[in-house]
Amino acid sequence: MSEGLIGRRLPRLEDPALLTGRGRFVDDIHIPGTLEAAFVRSPHPHARITRVDATAARRHPGVHAVYAYADLAPHLTANLIPADNRHLAFEANSRPPVLPVDEVCFVGEAVAIVVADSRYVAEDALALVEVDYDPVPGVSDCRAALAPGAPLAHLGAADNVVKTFQTAFGDCDAAFAGAPHVATISLKQHRGSAHSIEGRGVLARPDPVEDRLTVWSSTQGSHRVRNTLVELLRLDEDRVRVIVPDVGGAFGAKHIVYPEEVIVALAARLLGRPVKWIEDRREHFLAAVQERDQYWELEVAADRDGRLRGIRGRMIHDQGAYTLLGMNVPLNASLAMPGPYLLPAYQLDVTVVATNRVGVIPVRGAGYPEGVFAMERVMDSLARDLGLDRAEVRRRNLIPPERIPFDLPLKSRDGTVTRYDSGDFPLCQAKALAAADYAGFPARQETARAEGRYRGIGLANAVKITGRGPFETAIVRIGPSGKVTVHTGAMPMGQGTVTSFAQICADVLGLAPEDVTVVAGDTATVSLGIGGFGSRQTVNAGSSLLLAAREVRAKALAVGALVLEAAAEDLELRGGAVWIKGTDRQLPFAEIARALGGGVGYARPKDVSPGLEATGNFMPPDVTYGNACHVVEVEVDVGTGAVQILRYVVVNDSGKLINPMIVEGQIIGGVAHGIGNALFEWMGYDEGGQPLTTNFGEYLLPTAPVVPEIEIHHVVTPSTVNPLGVKGVGEAGVIPAAAAIIAAVENALEPFGVTLAEAPISPGRLVELMAAGRS
Amino acid sequence: MTAPAPGADARRITLTVNGRRHDVEVETRLTLADCLRHGLGLTGTHLGCEHGVCGACTVLVDGRSARSCLMLAVQANGAAITTVEGLAASDGTLHPLQQAFQAHHGLQCGFCTPGMLITLIEFLGDHPDPDAAAVREAIGGNLCRCTGYQGIVAATLDAARRMRAAP
Amino acid sequence: MKPPPFRYHDPGSLDEAVALLATLENAKLLAGGQSLMPMLNMRFVQPDHVIDLNRITGLAHIRESAARIEIGAMTRQRDLEFSDLIRCRCPLMREALLQVGHRQTRNRGTIGGSLCHLDPAAELPMVAAALEADIQVASRRGTRTLPMADFPAFYMTPAIEPDEIVTGLGFTPWPEGHGAAFVEFARRPGDFAVVGVAALLDLDGAGCIRRAAIALGGVGQGPVRWSRGEDLLQGEAATDDTLRAAAESCRGVAAMGDAQASADYRRHLAGVLAGRALRAARDRARRVP
Ligand code: FES
Ligand code: FES
Repeated sequence: MSEGLIGRRLPRLEDPALLTGRGRFVDDIHIPGTLEAAFVRSPHPHARITRVDATAARRHPGVHAVYAYADLAPHLTANLIPADNRHLAFEANSRPPVLPVDEVCFVGEAVAIVVADSRYVAEDALALVEVDYDPVPGVSDCRAALAPGAPLAHLGAADNVVKTFQTAFGDCDAAFAGAPHVATISLKQHRGSAHSIEGRGVLARPDPVEDRLTVWSSTQGSHRVRNTLVELLRLDEDRVRVIVPDVGGAFGAKHIVYPEEVIVALAARLLGRPVKWIEDRREHFLAAVQERDQYWELEVAADRDGRLRGIRGRMIHDQGAYTLLGMNVPLNASLAMPGPYLLPAYQLDVTVVATNRVGVIPVRGAGYPEGVFAMERVMDSLARDLGLDRAEVRRRNLIPPERIPFDLPLKSRDGTVTRYDSGDFPLCQAKALAAADYAGFPARQETARAEGRYRGIGLANAVKITGRGPFETAIVRIGPSGKVTVHTGAMPMGQGTVTSFAQICADVLGLAPEDVTVVAGDTATVSLGIGGFGSRQTVNAGSSLLLAAREVRAKALAVGALVLEAAAEDLELRGGAVWIKGTDRQLPFAEIARALGGGVGYARPKDVSPGLEATGNFMPPDVTYGNACHVVEVEVDVGTGAVQILRYVVVNDSGKLINPMIVEGQIIGGVAHGIGNALFEWMGYDEGGQPLTTNFGEYLLPTAPVVPEIEIHHVVTPSTVNPLGVKGVGEAGVIPAAAAIIAAVENALEPFGVTLAEAPISPGRLVELMAAGRS
Repeated sequence: MTAPAPGADARRITLTVNGRRHDVEVETRLTLADCLRHGLGLTGTHLGCEHGVCGACTVLVDGRSARSCLMLAVQANGAAITTVEGLAASDGTLHPLQQAFQAHHGLQCGFCTPGMLITLIEFLGDHPDPDAAAVREAIGGNLCRCTGYQGIVAATLDAARRMRAAP
Repeated sequence: MKPPPFRYHDPGSLDEAVALLATLENAKLLAGGQSLMPMLNMRFVQPDHVIDLNRITGLAHIRESAARIEIGAMTRQRDLEFSDLIRCRCPLMREALLQVGHRQTRNRGTIGGSLCHLDPAAELPMVAAALEADIQVASRRGTRTLPMADFPAFYMTPAIEPDEIVTGLGFTPWPEGHGAAFVEFARRPGDFAVVGVAALLDLDGAGCIRRAAIALGGVGQGPVRWSRGEDLLQGEAATDDTLRAAAESCRGVAAMGDAQASADYRRHLAGVLAGRALRAARDRARRVP
């Protein structure tokens, strides 16, 4: 029971409730008297709003209110959602309004809220809200948006360029001068949306007695929502409590604060009634942020043996109508490209473009899949051009373990140098190749071809920044009940955070994990919180928790030593008490908590601070980098273009593992997401900006029959920058997946002269490319 | 929230859900899913798409799986319905499939889980000894964004073993 | 995404149902609900009345009489899937059914609903076209049958009057020993096909093709009987070359493109999948003198 909980495949504490229908997702919370909301949304990609008349809708039986911009403006301190990411500041006109004043910039943009007795009635009334739109030209394709004279995504903007920036190091001119091999590569990358199976949702309950507002939101950041409400609604922090109930997946789309969260909270205050809004799937397609299109034009210089000399080029990034998280995605994509490879010189000029589509912010992976895809396409093209084996080209370029820690001369978002703290990239690749029997593949390929079947193998390496700080609080509290509770600003959304954290805490305190209650996502219990994104929570909050639990342990031992009259070394923590080893003498946590809680007549050491509790605020000195190598074997049906994944091997290094079962679940889920990005998921828009794929019949998520068994092997190089030795793993699986799959498909279709420079790739497109290659 | 609006087309219906009889007045346009969730407070049945693709809302209607977002509550009048809340034994012992889901990490966020469980309960009823491919096909109409399905498949195969051993 | 308001009717007999349909304005028939319910939830259709056919007895049956198979419109897809009669006498339909949606949708979905929804890529209309089924229709004015060939009026719209209800279909099963194959390509198992092909072959004792049927789906406005390919097969020895020529001819079908698949790709698939379907049908056929 006591020591040794770290690294164990323990069943999850979250599961029993979720398995029996006792989960509590936001739409499961029923407060009597709750009203339900629906939003009037723009049907136009770009239009002026000339009139909003809600008279008929307001008269509709069961409707309690309709609010458009003019109705809410007097109650807002500003009509812009605050910028969350101050790095690489962007033009003000690309921040989304709470509600549009007179211009809508994408299909699905909320124009008004209808609050009614039920969602059914609210939807009935949507059609009665008269909005006069005067459609104006918009831009859909981000390349077209840069053309001179292109329509503007925002009226009154000078052009459609949101931002240009450069990511660079080394001397590219020198690298290219006299390079024996120079090649150009054009890539078209598209990533789809998050599509957690639970959409967004928010429930706000005003409490007129205490003048408080309680908001339940399906979000990745309780405190971010609280802070935004405080700012825009001019409320005191202690009057607003944001609680994150069970979250049915998030994957980036719940990272930011949305206008809907502000509007619903405000509507509840204005009406003095609880108001609930549950995003439906169509709204998720239209109005939840996505990732989308990037166009890369690269030039690569290399030596004849395949060693990279330099890469330079340009990337155009479709940002959509609004920017909610700075340059996060395009910046990450540019930073991700060097990855695990020795790249002497690099220069990428990025143009971030506004279009009349919903805004882009990170989906699981956050630009890393795109940067990795670009680099891995470069590797495969080098191999092809130079007649080298694809794994060998990579091996020659991988940063050798003896050069770790490795400083990449790249400034990260927070301005620090990029330092790979630990890792053994060649080892990961070698293990992956061995596990996938890469050496035996040519024979398999030949046998298959003899039978008219086309098999291919592909590999990809990736390095991912994880564990971004600056901190995430964890508080360990033991009260007079003797029960142990952990409070944290970290945000569970399906990753097993509660179990991992219980393991960390229980390990230190000599408990079983089920004896630890983890309370996360409640602004009332922790004053600061940053939230769940960027594979950061176990690194930050987990480490904070470790420190806090150790402090609580030390306090318990100190009291135990005094009361039990024993030396601290003779004591142990077990089953919720301090014991003198090898005896039956013990002091329960409840007694210690009473002593440290100021109970009269209790003995307590003078130098121990009050309360059997401690707060951990671990501040990682640096981020930590995880890495992975994926090897994929596929067979392509050359008649239909269908791709079947036969084998999928992952070698992953996420440092130390708290619960390997949970870690593997994260990796597998990420790979499945990557399969979607490579082969299925396409969020289409027409030239005018009308979305083409707005339901699950048109936008294809990977289903069980198209996802193979994923084989996972671990390499463990502990992180050197946190006390747990862990690295984040939430995004690890998705990052190299599309790159490896596309490489495998390309390899399978080598006899047809097909090279692939895009993702996702559909069967129809493969058939087209095969036909073009043949002719 | 689900009480019929005044003047709306409504009917009184009887549903037997997880063995318990409910008499409720519903608007005829109310979906079975919303009736279960908001009318009867059985929020274990989830809505992920409301257009019949994700499978999160799957329940058994007279023993056969159905998407409860694609049925009107009135259409279930007189039917026996099983939801995720009805799978564990009355003493709280989890169904072998529920146990296996926990043992094999067959769920992460748990949002798709009720639909998965219900779909697989029906499947295991007539496929007591399936292989992995058959399990994958059986849940081909249930979307999960978290697990990559692997734990669900492993759990189902294990549950089938357990259920064959102790029917 | 909640259904709009409507008045709900659940007649207990066909007579009642046709009477309601004849008198109510803007009414929609609700069969298995697997197509109508999503459209109601998305408010793509906003009927004033919904007439639920599920309580009508006598519309759900599978039976053989006078050398014909008769199927009631309200027969669930899953009951067809598990029907011995269908499995033995109409293997084409069973193979197609296994590719229709998923277990949960087949449990509710009906053959009549699938025929009337008439999605160009839906499996069952393709099967009905290949089998030259007769579609039975009732209204207050009486009953009539129309051949499947005449059933599609245009895109997703059957050629029936607003007051008519499809009550069933009937067809003469192909003779013992015929070969049947339903081959489709869908992006994921259970999805609507991008393109599907239904093929039927009847071979004589010498291995020559006595009769052939090819129906294509996912190319045109509705299921397409591809007589050009059938003519290339009729009376010929069922060799690979013969089948290939017939399959290749399918590339000549007029196809529509959309965001999911181009017209060229659909034509290409028609050729590829017809080849697979014809070979499978041939390999499954017995030579019956
Ligand atoms: S909610 Fe019913 S299938 Fe998705
Ligand atoms: S566990 Fe989250 S959707 Fe399946």
